[in-house]
Amino acid sequence: MSVLVVIEHDRGTVSVHSLGVLTAARQLAKQVGGQVEAVTVGAIADPLADTCARYGASVVHQLHHDALVDFGPEAWGEAVSALVRSTNPKVVVGSGTDRGHEVIAHVAARLDLPASMNCLEFDDSFDGTNPLRVVRARWGGSLLESAEVDAPIKLVTLANHTVEPSEAPTSVTAKPTTVDLPENVLHSFVCDRVERVAGVTLATAPVVVSGGRGVGSADAFAPLEELASLLGGVVGCSRAVTNNGWRNHTDQVGQTGTRIAPDVYIACGISGAIQHWVGAMASKNIIAINTDKEANIVTKAGYAVIGDLHKVVPAISEEIKRRKGN
Amino acid sequence: MKILVCVKRVPAPGARINITDDGQAVDTAFLGFTVSPHEECAVEAAVQLTEKYGGEVTVLTLGPPEAEEQLRTAVSVGAIKGMLVPIEGGEWDPQRTAAAITQSIRQLESTEGAYDLVLFGNESADSCGYQVGVRVAYALGRPMVNGAKGLDVNEQVAVVRRESDAGQEIYRLPMPSCVGIKEGINLPRYPTMKGRLASKKAEVSRVVQEAPVGGLKMVTLQRPPERVSNTQILGTGPEAAPAVVDLLVELGVLR
Repeated sequence: MSVLVVIEHDRGTVSVHSLGVLTAARQLAKQVGGQVEAVTVGAIADPLADTCARYGASVVHQLHHDALVDFGPEAWGEAVSALVRSTNPKVVVGSGTDRGHEVIAHVAARLDLPASMNCLEFDDSFDGTNPLRVVRARWGGSLLESAEVDAPIKLVTLANHTVEPSEAPTSVTAKPTTVDLPENVLHSFVCDRVERVAGVTLATAPVVVSGGRGVGSADAFAPLEELASLLGGVVGCSRAVTNNGWRNHTDQVGQTGTRIAPDVYIACGISGAIQHWVGAMASKNIIAINTDKEANIVTKAGYAVIGDLHKVVPAISEEIKRRKGN
Repeated sequence: MKILVCVKRVPAPGARINITDDGQAVDTAFLGFTVSPHEECAVEAAVQLTEKYGGEVTVLTLGPPEAEEQLRTAVSVGAIKGMLVPIEGGEWDPQRTAAAITQSIRQLESTEGAYDLVLFGNESADSCGYQVGVRVAYALGRPMVNGAKGLDVNEQVAVVRRESDAGQEIYRLPMPSCVGIKEGINLPRYPTMKGRLASKKAEVSRVVQEAPVGGLKMVTLQRPPERVSNTQILGTGPEAAPAVVDLLVELGVLR
């Protein structure tokens, strides 16, 4: 009886989301009366056995193949599928990331099993023999679905940030295995990389000053740029802005853009439709600047200024400069 | 080059998503519908490739009969024809959907020849299942990469670029292949008048498919707890600036 965790890693560096998955898997393992086992794909990830042990995995399956040097969704899916066939776990849990969903989807396709992505809760009535009741996120988390995963082996991913990683050290048995991979899964590997240039990004900036339809044009973002730079932050935008071609999609905050969690989010001329709110709701503090005091973003924000962003934003910048000058 | 794009009809919600009284579906009585955003970009990516290299784009959808509207939208921006797999009585689970789409692709290919590329959206905006494209690709025995933020073709190889925390990853997939597209790969065009006229006349075939029910069963939908916020109004107009700056200092982002 086991719960298998698929460890997400990038050339041997573990994803922080996998630590939350290991933590969640301990509870599931307790329910089925079994143990947490982990799987790492590629010999480059063998050193992660220690990390897995620290978070409570009793066994680490280390899947080896000469071709498994970088991420490849199909090869990973094929390798993990073979392990699932031979070890027959009750539940297989992946991380709620693009790679995590992708690998679980490949396993599901190969084993013809259902898969439930982005789960927020697992029902505590699950004992390994009955269907697994889950709550999963739809619409990027603006709607919740209670669902049943009815299959001998339950495949799920855990939505990011739902379980805080906590350690529970145990002794671990490493089980290295060389896997067979058919020729036709050896195509889709990362075959080239362009490393990101270091610097503040939308995903990591402590302050994001975002503009919506109310900004009105590409040029009218200049005052937002100035305020962002005074605060050591970056500029974001809503989907309406991207669709109008005012800013690049890389600046888009939302369900189909970037999900952010800055210390302060300043939303200027943004109504706060679902699409946008899902990307911004994890912000620690939200200041809305909007002419409409009934706007969705104003009612959800902690703070608001009612007024025209074209006047309010420059006034804030001037006030900051005035105080810095003193 | 022949490209097939699989799209999904989804509601276009505003500030709030309401649920029907029985908790089984989104209440769409007052909502418009659209092509799911990632797939809108997949259609655009396909049209751009055929503009560059020649060829044609076909669109396929599984959904209620009204989803014909989304197929015609795709034609208005450059696809030439569509196939609708109509379903009754609520959405199908991912396994069932994938099986029906696989059958439809096989039928299309038996009369029209193989598609060089079959494109999907990374995930649907409404159910967020992240799996139908992968299941179809596996059933067809074709390579598949999801999350594409760049796609080009070079001598029967699809070159896919995608973004990760570390930077950009490049994949090379021998065609025929399948690719899941992410919004941001392009900026979808608006239909032209000529496109709108073409979309009215375009051929949209209807093929009913049978497929077994899968193992993921929706029990009920619910709205997450409302975020209760007693919004503190800092002021009105530019006169609020000092109060905003005081707050920024208090929150520790300005010294």
